[in-house]
Amino acid sequence: YRKMATLSVCQPQLGGFSFENCKRNAVLEAEVTKLGCNVPSARKTGTTICGVVFKDGIVLGADTRATEGMIVADKNCSKIHYISPNIYCCGAGTAADTEMTTQIISSNLELHSLSTSRLPRVATANRMLKQMLFRYQGHIGAALVLGGVDCNGPHLYSIYPHGSTDKLPYVTMGSGSLAAMAVFEDRYKQDMEEEDAKRLVRDAIAAGIFNDLGSGSNIDLCVITKGRVDYLRPHDMANKKGVRTGNYKYKQGTTGVLTKSVIKLDLEVVEETVQTMDTS
Amino acid sequence: MAAYMSAGRSANAFSTHDFVPEWAQEEVSTGTTIMAVEFDGGVVIGADSRTTTGAYIANRVTDKLTPIHDHIFCCRSGSAADTQAVADAVTYQLGFHSIELDEPPLVQTAANLFQQMCYRYREELMAGIIVAGWDKRRGGQVYTVPMGGMIVRQPVSVGGSGSSYIYGFMDSNYKPGMTKEECLHFCTQALALAMERDGSSGGVARLAAITEEGLERRVVLGHQLPKFSNT
Repeated sequence: YRKMATLSVCQPQLGGFSFENCKRNAVLEAEVTKLGCNVPSARKTGTTICGVVFKDGIVLGADTRATEGMIVADKNCSKIHYISPNIYCCGAGTAADTEMTTQIISSNLELHSLSTSRLPRVATANRMLKQMLFRYQGHIGAALVLGGVDCNGPHLYSIYPHGSTDKLPYVTMGSGSLAAMAVFEDRYKQDMEEEDAKRLVRDAIAAGIFNDLGSGSNIDLCVITKGRVDYLRPHDMANKKGVRTGNYKYKQGTTGVLTKSVIKLDLEVVEETVQTMDTS
Repeated sequence: MAAYMSAGRSANAFSTHDFVPEWAQEEVSTGTTIMAVEFDGGVVIGADSRTTTGAYIANRVTDKLTPIHDHIFCCRSGSAADTQAVADAVTYQLGFHSIELDEPPLVQTAANLFQQMCYRYREELMAGIIVAGWDKRRGGQVYTVPMGGMIVRQPVSVGGSGSSYIYGFMDSNYKPGMTKEECLHFCTQALALAMERDGSSGGVARLAAITEEGLERRVVLGHQLPKFSNT
């Protein structure tokens, strides 16, 4: 009695990105463009984010504008993400990528922290983030500013989408980073006081907001010191919406009604179906 | 010598009319000048401190001299992400190997670990690395592992985009049998010349001397670099 070998048709799901739909997407994009429409683009956080090390800890700052092409998709989005009680991370680049990446690392770091019975270190978060971003070879568009205070003091890292990191006393990222860096290079000093550091970060983000089209709205700050985190959202509403000085509504009856006609539409019931609601 | 091979590797996930400027879409590269010199009793290594994304300097005080083990360092040039990842991997492998041996590892071992990784992934990586250090068997050694994954031991080696400008200086000024101080002086001059001419190199000059006793690190700030009159 011979046994026939069964061929497995289903292939196990491999990790990483699946590029199977790229050809189909290219065809669709060509057809849509022919009709004169645009393919929806990924929502990006145009962004200015920055961080600074001061005497007792870290100050992180971010603007709050999220853009979809040339439109502002969200006027007050939160770009400073929680990683652990003593570590926070600002994200620039593709909004979904920064959100999910920080959430994944935050989750893994919490498990790691429970396993080691210790408060997580910033270097650990940095290594986890850089190794994940390198694995995805830059396809995850997340540019991050990671800061926190651990048993070895305050630490600040900048992390690029391809997985390289820099450990520095002050960093800026995003489309408004040049404007913010100009402020830092002018006024940064070692061992600043908390109020000076907050003012410096606020001014750096403001420079990004007012000089970069991709950044705007409010300034969020996050001050991390040993044993205390101040999540100041918003710290400064630099772009409050103005109040209209006059009332521009027209009174009822401004437009005169000349004639009124009511036309009854005779509709025929063609098909009647009942769909039960799932109340289980 | 261009240190970039874009070749579609830095995937354009961002469309061109968005608010992300061009320099932010480029991959972070250590433009770079790196070098290493052997002397009797150890090695002297040196590097500039500039990391660029396109035309923007992302980090002007980078440390491209990365410790792999107590007496073994590597100088990194090429893609910042690639070289950091490879250096981290080799540091782990070498540390594990050293514990297994219960002995300090050989410089040649470290260099071969780099070579194996750089050759296997030669199509995916953009990394030019100089491995230098001291071990008990052969004293001070310099091994260069350029892009592609070759390995060769040299008494003097330069690398990175700025190296093109100092081959002449290196060939004419290097003499076998220099002392540690002479090597440090030689490196400082070479780095200063390269940083002056290469746009992708600059900042401060970082130097390190590795001997049996240990490590001695130096930083030469911008205004302290030797000046060569050309006007």
